[in-house]
Amino acid sequence: MCLGIPGEVIEINADQPDLAKVDVSGVRRLINIGLLTDDPPVPGDWVLIHVGFALSKIDEREAAAAMEFLEGIGQAYEDEINALKESVIE
Amino acid sequence: MRFVDEFRDADKAHALAAKIAALCEPGRQYKLMEVCGGHTHTIYKHGLEDYLPESITLVHGPGCPVCVIPMGRVDDAIHLASQPDVIMTSFGDMMRVPGSGGSFFDANAEGTNIRMVYSPLDSLKIARQNPDKRVVFMAIGFETTAPSTAMTMLRAAAAGLTNFSVFCNHVTIIPAIKAILDSPDLRLDGFIGPGHVSTVIGCRPYEFIAASYGKPVVVAGFEPLDILQSIYMLMVQLSQGRSEVENQYSRVVPWDGNLVALKAIGETMELRPYFEWRGLGFISHSALQVREKYAAMDAERLFQVPGVRVADPKACQCGEVLKGVLKPWECKVFGTACTPETPIGTCMVSPEGACAAYYNFGRMNRTRVAEAEVARS
Repeated sequence: MCLGIPGEVIEINADQPDLAKVDVSGVRRLINIGLLTDDPPVPGDWVLIHVGFALSKIDEREAAAAMEFLEGIGQAYEDEINALKESVIE
Repeated sequence: MRFVDEFRDADKAHALAAKIAALCEPGRQYKLMEVCGGHTHTIYKHGLEDYLPESITLVHGPGCPVCVIPMGRVDDAIHLASQPDVIMTSFGDMMRVPGSGGSFFDANAEGTNIRMVYSPLDSLKIARQNPDKRVVFMAIGFETTAPSTAMTMLRAAAAGLTNFSVFCNHVTIIPAIKAILDSPDLRLDGFIGPGHVSTVIGCRPYEFIAASYGKPVVVAGFEPLDILQSIYMLMVQLSQGRSEVENQYSRVVPWDGNLVALKAIGETMELRPYFEWRGLGFISHSALQVREKYAAMDAERLFQVPGVRVADPKACQCGEVLKGVLKPWECKVFGTACTPETPIGTCMVSPEGACAAYYNFGRMNRTRVAEAEVARS
């Protein structure tokens, strides 16, 4: 749970604008973007996600580096992605 | 790949290592603490210590949220989960942490219903789907994670959910750093500041370390080159006799942190008078509890919590490892009685724990084994 994982914002939820669909390594889930209300992300932006919440906006270069780092750490990242797949945020 | 190479380039790493070595004063020993478990992970994974001169020692700090939870709180959580009609939700990392009578997994084998969730928000769906149950979220983590719990509470309040509560174990990093600075066991020269925590709290809270203790702090990213760059920045400060807070990770960490996140924490939680940390003992104002305004979501008010203090197993030296006094391999049970499969202490449970990181990446070279043997004898 301690990881921050990069995801690309795909769309903002029309009914609940504090939720957004993101793509993390091909897994698409809803996350909460309520912590970024001072500078809300738009589709195409990258965000650093921690336990279902976008913590900060990051640029694509940072996202690529973070992803490479996470894929390199193995089990902990696989556990995180598997946990994300089970997520039912609504 | 071209993005990534920028953070991984071996030539750049060697160049930085040479610049770091050039800044070392002959005969002086440097101890730098990386506070965050994520940094510990990178350091072991990439063998960064092998790039550093012998006179620089990296000391691993207490910044692993799973590792600092004392056994008594695990017991309290299992007690809560054992109450009638309770479903407890928890991050997966907590499931194997041993309490005095076993872990959450062991408790589930005995009949509790402790479910792994990815996000505290997942607990809300479980609460909606089980209106006749009481859903308790086992909240752990530093300031990185506390805003997620706070936002979840605000969402539950807005939705009028009445069967969701939080067992709050959120801890705050600054008092732990202060406890380490005040500890007579350890003399540190500087700090590699935590990355993700700082996205929330910003860099200002570290200023007392520079101003009152005269130690430099550099908030760092998680790539190998980020950490080497941060060590270089610390060494530049030390060589010039400066102590300031600098932000190496400004591409992610804003100097003032995330004000929305801080406001959400402040709305729902307040400082506890004191909290027990594994290994560090009781530290004043070092953790968060649910504010009275949200008493209906505070598991500690809704249920009787035993709150019994449980001493760590005698063989376990997590406390010394968390304070940076011992290196993981210097612990008496490291890699023998205590392994990631059968952990005795928390540092071996979490992948961010110093012991698990060291065990998994096996960076034990001969010099260090020899050092450990000298230390033990």
